[in-house]
Amino acid sequence: MCVIGANGAGKTTCVKAVLGLIELTEGTVKRARSQRIGYVPQRLTLGHTLPLTLRRLMTLTGRYSAEKVDAALAAVGLERLGNPQVATLSGGEFQRLLLARALIHRPDLLVLDEPAQGVDMAGAELLDELVDEIRQSFGCGVLMISHDVKDAEAKADSFVVLVPHEHDPGYVTEGAASAADRHRDHRGHGHSAS
Amino acid sequence: MFDDFLVRALLAGIGLALVTGPAGCFIVWRRLAYFGETISHSALLGVALAILFDFDLTIGIFAVASAVVLAMFYLERRDTLPTDTLLGLLAHGGLAVGLVTLSFFPNMRMDLQALLFGDILAVSRTDLALIWIGGALALGVLCLIWRPLLAATVSPDLAKVAGMNPERARLIFGIFLAGVIAAAIKVVGVLLIVALLIIPAATARRFASSPERMAVGAAVAGIVAVAGGLLASANFDTPSGPSIVVVALALFVVTRIRFFRSTESER
Repeated sequence: MCVIGANGAGKTTCVKAVLGLIELTEGTVKRARSQRIGYVPQRLTLGHTLPLTLRRLMTLTGRYSAEKVDAALAAVGLERLGNPQVATLSGGEFQRLLLARALIHRPDLLVLDEPAQGVDMAGAELLDELVDEIRQSFGCGVLMISHDVKDAEAKADSFVVLVPHEHDPGYVTEGAASAADRHRDHRGHGHSAS
Repeated sequence: MFDDFLVRALLAGIGLALVTGPAGCFIVWRRLAYFGETISHSALLGVALAILFDFDLTIGIFAVASAVVLAMFYLERRDTLPTDTLLGLLAHGGLAVGLVTLSFFPNMRMDLQALLFGDILAVSRTDLALIWIGGALALGVLCLIWRPLLAATVSPDLAKVAGMNPERARLIFGIFLAGVIAAAIKVVGVLLIVALLIIPAATARRFASSPERMAVGAAVAGIVAVAGGLLASANFDTPSGPSIVVVALALFVVTRIRFFRSTESER
């Protein structure tokens, strides 16, 4: 399932509410009791003061065997990278690492908040393919926030469009279209954030 | 051998450095230097209250420091003021109220110098036992909260989704820091305690490939600083607390120069 909408529509807020990261002011969230969730947050900036290797990041929130770490890294194609410092990874590699970290405990639901943001075009396509592969091979549900309306239409089984507070239909379509444009623009410049 | 004041000072300093190393790493990672300053400034109020109600200085400092940590947590959630403003408010508020309270006891002979710059050479056997037992306890607590605290340092959201409680880990670390600072004030004093926390950690960063190694490295750098500082203090008759910090700083600068060159050539 894809969540789409213009900037400021509340996509991240919505997903954080589903994850239980923020308190709800109204409405309810129903979650299965034993559901395991893997979460890939939107943009994670690591301070340069914290030394962290690729494999150490994989075991950040729990102890996992080396085999499990290897399997999760292989699922995102990072198994040949060795064990470099996380700070030296490219933007695309880092996002794939975060994806692998979310996969390590074999989640029932994978939640991604614009995983391809700040990643160059090739990297973004690779990420999209990876998510598709993972959905099939791991058999998990995917809840993904996307800027790209066409992409969401093509890939997702269903999608939710969040409308900003101004209930003006004109604004929404315009907002979504310009968001998609901006996204293309962004990719066009070939950012390789490190 | 515990009779020699220099040996006692050295053991006290080593015991302390073993805890301030890992603690200092989290201060560097989480950008808590000013938070540490706030806790140490409030120590003066702790001293005043300890004298007023006649109990141990370290306990007084710990009590006030813990109260400051709790107040900070409360204010951060309730208030819209930026964090550094709130910290400044608590730091200098605590310092001023402490000084005013102390002025009510004109007959009280207080060694302000020792409070501000520490007096490691006056460490008693009881102090030594307290530092090592308390230090072991503190390290045990830090080991328990290590994983959630580290995960929360990288991303509180990731930690929470993994079922951890980052807020609790943060609060426990705050109280832990209050304890470390209360114990360390005897050694390096109110004004220099944060230096003992952050300089060894900053020195260790260059050599470390993992958070755990950086914590161990910081402890080692702290021990070297304590030993070197005490040696210099005994040889050149310089004040012990500042000497320790000067050696820590020298160690940082020396390791910086060497590694600065090698990273330049890599580029």
